[in-house]
Amino acid sequence: MIDPNPGARWASREMQDHLRRRHRAERRFRRAGAIAIGLALVGLATLLASIAANGWSAFRTTEIRLDVAFDPALFEGAADAPPGEREAMLAGADYAALVRNALRALFPAVEGHQEVRQLTALVSAGAREQLRDALAADPSLIGATRTFWLTADDEVDLYQKGRISREVAESDRGLSDAQLAWIDALDASGRMRSAFATGFLTSGDSREPERAGIWGAVVGSFLTLVVTLSLVFPLGVSAAVYLEEFARKNRLTDLIEVNINNLAAVPSIVFGLLGLAVFLGFFELPRSAPLVGGLTLALMTLPTVIITGRVAIQAVPPSIREAARGLGASPLQVVLHHVLPLAMPGILTGTIIGMARALGETAPLLMIGMVAFVVDVPHGIRDAATALPVQIFLWADSPERAFVEKTSGAILVLLGFLVAMNGTAIWLRRRFEKRW
Amino acid sequence: MSVLVLLAAIAVLGASGFMLARSRALAVADAGSRLHSLPGYYGWYAALWSALPGIAVIVLWLAAAPSLLPSLALAPGVAPPEDPAQRELFWNDVENLARGNFTTEDANDAVRSTAQRYVALRARALTGAFVLTVLLGVAGGAIALRGIRPTLAARVHVERVLRGALMLSSTLAVLVTIGIVLSLVFETARFFHTVSPREFLFGTEWSPQIAMRADQVASAGSFGAVPVFVGTLLITAIAMLVAVPIGLLSAIHMTFYASARARDVLKPLLEILAGVPTVVYGFFAALVVAPAVRDLGGALGLSVASESALAAGLVMGIMIVPFISSLSDDAITAVPISLRDGSFGLGATRSETIRLVIVPAALPGIVGGFLLAVSRAIGETMIVVMAAGLAANLSFNPLDAVTTVTVQIVTLLTGDQEFDSAKTLAAFALGLTLFVVTLVLNVAALRIVKRYREKYD
Repeated sequence: MIDPNPGARWASREMQDHLRRRHRAERRFRRAGAIAIGLALVGLATLLASIAANGWSAFRTTEIRLDVAFDPALFEGAADAPPGEREAMLAGADYAALVRNALRALFPAVEGHQEVRQLTALVSAGAREQLRDALAADPSLIGATRTFWLTADDEVDLYQKGRISREVAESDRGLSDAQLAWIDALDASGRMRSAFATGFLTSGDSREPERAGIWGAVVGSFLTLVVTLSLVFPLGVSAAVYLEEFARKNRLTDLIEVNINNLAAVPSIVFGLLGLAVFLGFFELPRSAPLVGGLTLALMTLPTVIITGRVAIQAVPPSIREAARGLGASPLQVVLHHVLPLAMPGILTGTIIGMARALGETAPLLMIGMVAFVVDVPHGIRDAATALPVQIFLWADSPERAFVEKTSGAILVLLGFLVAMNGTAIWLRRRFEKRW
Repeated sequence: MSVLVLLAAIAVLGASGFMLARSRALAVADAGSRLHSLPGYYGWYAALWSALPGIAVIVLWLAAAPSLLPSLALAPGVAPPEDPAQRELFWNDVENLARGNFTTEDANDAVRSTAQRYVALRARALTGAFVLTVLLGVAGGAIALRGIRPTLAARVHVERVLRGALMLSSTLAVLVTIGIVLSLVFETARFFHTVSPREFLFGTEWSPQIAMRADQVASAGSFGAVPVFVGTLLITAIAMLVAVPIGLLSAIHMTFYASARARDVLKPLLEILAGVPTVVYGFFAALVVAPAVRDLGGALGLSVASESALAAGLVMGIMIVPFISSLSDDAITAVPISLRDGSFGLGATRSETIRLVIVPAALPGIVGGFLLAVSRAIGETMIVVMAAGLAANLSFNPLDAVTTVTVQIVTLLTGDQEFDSAKTLAAFALGLTLFVVTLVLNVAALRIVKRYREKYD
């Protein structure tokens, strides 16, 4: 047989070398792809691992057991005051002194103003409220001695969790050598314990890390999302229905379509500027309120909901529409009775994903003043509030070391919500997705 | 009493209109006439007639009340202070007093009397709006009820209104764009009254912090935004240097090399990266990556700023990887199989096919995705707010701290709030620049993708 291409002699050494080089290039290329995926996964793993490592301990807190003697001298007059004034007198009593006395009873050797201050600093300022609430619930405590587990100061908490090392020079850590000695003594006598940090989940923000909680931010986020959802769902679905089922192909609908696609790619912070100029500047709605946050996020998520809604409506086969039309349904009846119910799982999936994105969004909320330091849990959509991602941002900015743990803990909670929402969306899609 | 009461009244009116009209239509049908529409449509017809006027009243109220009521509430002889800042304070006090938020002992008489009149006026106006809603609703309902006869095409009327509502909601997206453009352009125009556009776009000195007193040195601030733009570009470039190779290679690897099982695991894992909120990336960048970069640089004998552009860019790159990878994936899978088969048939290896056939064919889609990713990186806020610097250094060194457009917008607008100072207006000018640049990038990306997409079909 005649060789059609005498130049390509496959058995020649050059050809074999060439082939080997090509195969080597092939393997290199393949390895590069694997390395790329590996790098992305390493990034993800480092991110999640560092947050989990810092954050898991936010759900535990250190408590100190103290025998508090409710010295009647500190509640002078409260016992026989008329009932109306009694509460005020009880609330205004010197609870710091109760804590101080209880600690000094344990460490009688501690003398001097400075020393005593350092000693009482072991217990959180929140302990006063614990005692006040206990007394308000049971006024007969006056004159008695009770044992309480009081929240420890954040530095003590960090030390107990092993996040402050003894080896660090005294001036570089928040606890002095004397304080460390007291902590060890308390620990040795079984007066220290690690408890579940209920306060982290149930209280509002605070300047003191050991008293700061995420509940205010969670409620703020919830209210914001309620406003967003109640606007974006009806408006987004209507727009999707109109564009997909009724709009004639003309310049106006072209404009609307281009617009929606572009809006979806506008940076979120620009929506924040819009919210600031329109809702706060023009309509004079209250600053920092979930109402304004919800409105702003609604404008931001609207394109996403419209686009996913349209995809879901497109997926309903024309035969359904034609059958309904054939049985005498009007165009609107076709949509409302047949197309929309069939597209609903897809629309809901898209809406949930949009809501998840809105939940994680921070920048627009910074613009409309939801960065304020808000201690109280908001009660309505016009109250000043903050949102979970903004709370994370605020804590991340705080200088106290203990806030690193709180921030990571709050991130874990936020990620938990996001996983739940996206999980629901995936479940909806799996459960109701139809192949036509 | 508030707007909620109005809404409740409208709901009651609509519901009763629906009930009455439906039973009336049923009665007409029972009497032997053939109705044009189903009875429910007559109900909706009347409900719309009784509810729509009320909705119009609410819209009017929301539009007019905040601007009209306060000026009407001024007692005769009382004038708000001339000075804008003072005036704002005055109205704030009035509003707080009217809401009962606090009882200031030292609020002056002008504020107090205005607040009292404001409360009374608001109550009266709301009562008026309520009465108007009810009257109009009842009248509308009555007209609708009287009109019910077998030939009335209730369904057609109702559907027309509904279609109108659908159309209105689809134009909302356009309204939002107009709102963005108008609010940005107006504030920017006011900014350019004090600072010339040329200084803003080409000036190299950015220090917008206005001094507390007008007579202080540098009280005007300087607004040359070039360092800010350069910082943004630097961080974006670093992010793209990280994201493009990783994203593109992982998309290629997953489409051509990975087994179906591996793909089912890897793809969702990469998508997790896209779902992580940016504030989490920001915290990660500030807590882990920035110190690591600084320590590494220190070990190599380089001086690295603790808020280096490199750290922020690296983390932003990781954030953008899934974006690039999914867009390249779309572009690659859109290339017809026949091209791939043709290349294999000629004896090319897989990598040769990918490099010489698939990627060139998918290039428009990949470039489009790249542009979208750049626009995403430019507009990204939280990572840079938390991990990049505040000071505007004109520097191309990735180890220096630089600042970005979004960081400046956030720092200018959080904190003290006077709506009129050049400082806050500068944020809007930066916002407009950001909006225009990202818009151009998006339009360009869509154009490129659209123009070359169907080349091989």
